[in-house]
Amino acid sequence: MTMSEGDLAVAQINFVRKTTLEPQPPPASMTGAVGWLRENLFSTPFNIALTILIALFLAWIIPDMLRFLVFDAVWSGVDREACLITAQRPVVGACWPFAFERLPYFIYGSYPISERWRVDVFFVILAVAIVWLLWLNAPRRDLGVVYSFIVTPIASYILLSGWPLIGLPKIDTVLWGGVLVTIVVSAVGIVFSLPIGILLALGRQSKMPAIKLFSVMFIEFVRGVPLVTVLFMASVMLPLFVPENISPDKLLRALIGIAMFASAYMAEVVRAGLAAIPKGQYEGAQAVGLGYWQMMRLIVLPQALKITIPNIVNTYIGLFKDTTLVFIVGIFDLLRTIEVSRIDPKWAAPSTSPTGYVVAAIFYLICCYGMSRYAQATEKRLRKADRR
Amino acid sequence: MSIELKAGSPPASVPFYNDPKVRSIVYQVALCLIVAGLVYGAASNAVENLQRARIASGFGFWDNIAGFDISQTLISYSNTSTYGRAFWVGLLNTLLVAGLGIIFATILGFIVGIARLSKNWLVNKAATAYVEIIRNLPLLLQLLFWYNAVLKALPDLRESVKIPGGIFLNNRGLFLPAPVTQAGFGFVEIVFFLGIVGSIVFHIWARKRQEKTGQQAPVFLTSLGLIIGLPLIVYLIAGMPLSFNFPQAGRFNIAGGLEVVPEFAALLFGLSIYTAAFIAEVVRAGILAVSHGQTEAAYSLGMKPGPTLRLIVVPQAMRVIIPPLTSQYLNLTKNSSLAVAIGYPDLVQVFTGTVLNQTGQAVEVVAITMAVYLTISLTTSFLMNIYNSRMKLVER
Repeated sequence: MTMSEGDLAVAQINFVRKTTLEPQPPPASMTGAVGWLRENLFSTPFNIALTILIALFLAWIIPDMLRFLVFDAVWSGVDREACLITAQRPVVGACWPFAFERLPYFIYGSYPISERWRVDVFFVILAVAIVWLLWLNAPRRDLGVVYSFIVTPIASYILLSGWPLIGLPKIDTVLWGGVLVTIVVSAVGIVFSLPIGILLALGRQSKMPAIKLFSVMFIEFVRGVPLVTVLFMASVMLPLFVPENISPDKLLRALIGIAMFASAYMAEVVRAGLAAIPKGQYEGAQAVGLGYWQMMRLIVLPQALKITIPNIVNTYIGLFKDTTLVFIVGIFDLLRTIEVSRIDPKWAAPSTSPTGYVVAAIFYLICCYGMSRYAQATEKRLRKADRR
Repeated sequence: MSIELKAGSPPASVPFYNDPKVRSIVYQVALCLIVAGLVYGAASNAVENLQRARIASGFGFWDNIAGFDISQTLISYSNTSTYGRAFWVGLLNTLLVAGLGIIFATILGFIVGIARLSKNWLVNKAATAYVEIIRNLPLLLQLLFWYNAVLKALPDLRESVKIPGGIFLNNRGLFLPAPVTQAGFGFVEIVFFLGIVGSIVFHIWARKRQEKTGQQAPVFLTSLGLIIGLPLIVYLIAGMPLSFNFPQAGRFNIAGGLEVVPEFAALLFGLSIYTAAFIAEVVRAGILAVSHGQTEAAYSLGMKPGPTLRLIVVPQAMRVIIPPLTSQYLNLTKNSSLAVAIGYPDLVQVFTGTVLNQTGQAVEVVAITMAVYLTISLTTSFLMNIYNSRMKLVER
């Protein structure tokens, strides 16, 4: 568009501002709380509708939850009488005295009361191992690895199952239960799945046909079936496959099942990491004359595991949640101790079951959410290295 | 680089145990021997143990009378049916809950996944809270919660919750109106299937025409008319040959209607809600993986937001979404085996639970159960590999 002579004349006649205006603050409706609300909650009619819908839903559910968990909850009492619905108290919320009384059972199961200090020591040993491994600025992290993967398992085994020679009476695993079993099962899964998974992943990449075939068969077989059936296999078929006199302990069978299952999943996670390493890295390692195991140990695996850490932690979270399935083959993990307690006639009241489940939910939420936060932080930290 | 190599012969200085070829053969033979030894040992122990326990082996039990009842059956079954029949009942129940679970989880998962990308703060945060809470709690805990703390805690029959539309909800399950077809409904079904075929044909024709002439045809509206509109017209012409059998609340029982047992409801509910949280993450990641430049390029060509989403963003996101989505479907199917914890008669509960206990034939029963799941998994991953190789981005 070009301006004609007449337009130019008009433009000259019209008033043109010579001075710059002072910058004005944006309209009040666009800043502060009001602006934020307009931008984030009420930008379009559709968004307004959604906001109202969700707000109504929250207004319906949150007060109910608070009432159940806090305001209407029972806080003291000795048995079900405290949590029953009576004429004076028609609404009864969570039955906390039940949870308080059963807390030791939730943590230790039927572990003999006089020996429970051993479980406490085990928790401390494990906590030290976890902090040493996960805290990046911890001193001597190389020693921490030895401590976590060699000292801790041996010490824990001696402590928990007992060694009469040093004055620790044997405790049958039938008596173990609650958080103790949940942690033992997941720790065994975590410790065994990584090395076996790495071996399986390497086997799957191997050029040797027999090794590759066995790895692929194992991984695909275990990943193709539900954990429940793996546990059933471990618990009903394993005793058939060994000579009658060495019938393995029930907990041990479940541990074998979990370790097998976790290893197959871990193998696929590690394989994804191995596949992401550029071919030049392998070729470079071979060019400087490294053998297969040196190449893997010094060049490939450190890089592959580094980029897989978030996925490894995610697999661990899945494993931690899946340990609840040992419940199905009759092992007293946390969930089963809660199931047993909530149907105990001593505490039979309408709100006992939800209370028990809330306790379990809090435990799993803290553990799993903590792990996933750590995975996200690690991912962020490792991504820093790739930024230019 | 001055070493002279004679063609064809390896350097003589390498001892035979360092020769990669020899070593690889030794490794493989060792592995084969170990595996064969383990298998042989296990098998001979199993034979011995089974003989001692006087447990029959083989699949002869398949045709024996089962003698137990199953609370939900899709095919005719009574306690005089065989173990083989019980197997099919369990398998169908597994497939039913998995199929419905996949549908519900997909719908909920896509809604939550898109909600997590919403600019609406409240919607976004609510979806995030849903995903974080559901993903970090064990599925078994959720199933037990729905079953024992929610469904079992509902009022009993006399104080059933009445939901508008003739639906009753109580601690014995959910009672829905059952559709009853009358003579003439067959026409509606025929027209419905013809409508599906017709819309596929129309879709192919429309695509060919668009490739030739560039003219677009209203595929979506036509399909809608063919699949829903046409059967509706036939339905009205045939005199509305469909009625509902409403559940009638009696004093001790609810008569008629469609009964959904609480075990099924809890399993379906739990599986759908749990898997939806994972699907939501898959969907979110898929949509985020489409670079923003794609949308901008579409806008700069003058495309409207609707077609941009449908023709540019979604097809590219689907490439990323479908493989993990399939593995979520597989997980849901495998997780349906947790039915055993709340007593829904799925394959594992009926077969690995009851049949195993009655016959004691652990090896056969567990092997059959595993074979079923393995077949489902391997078929799915085989189809996925075909899909992936067809959909692979071919660069340069």
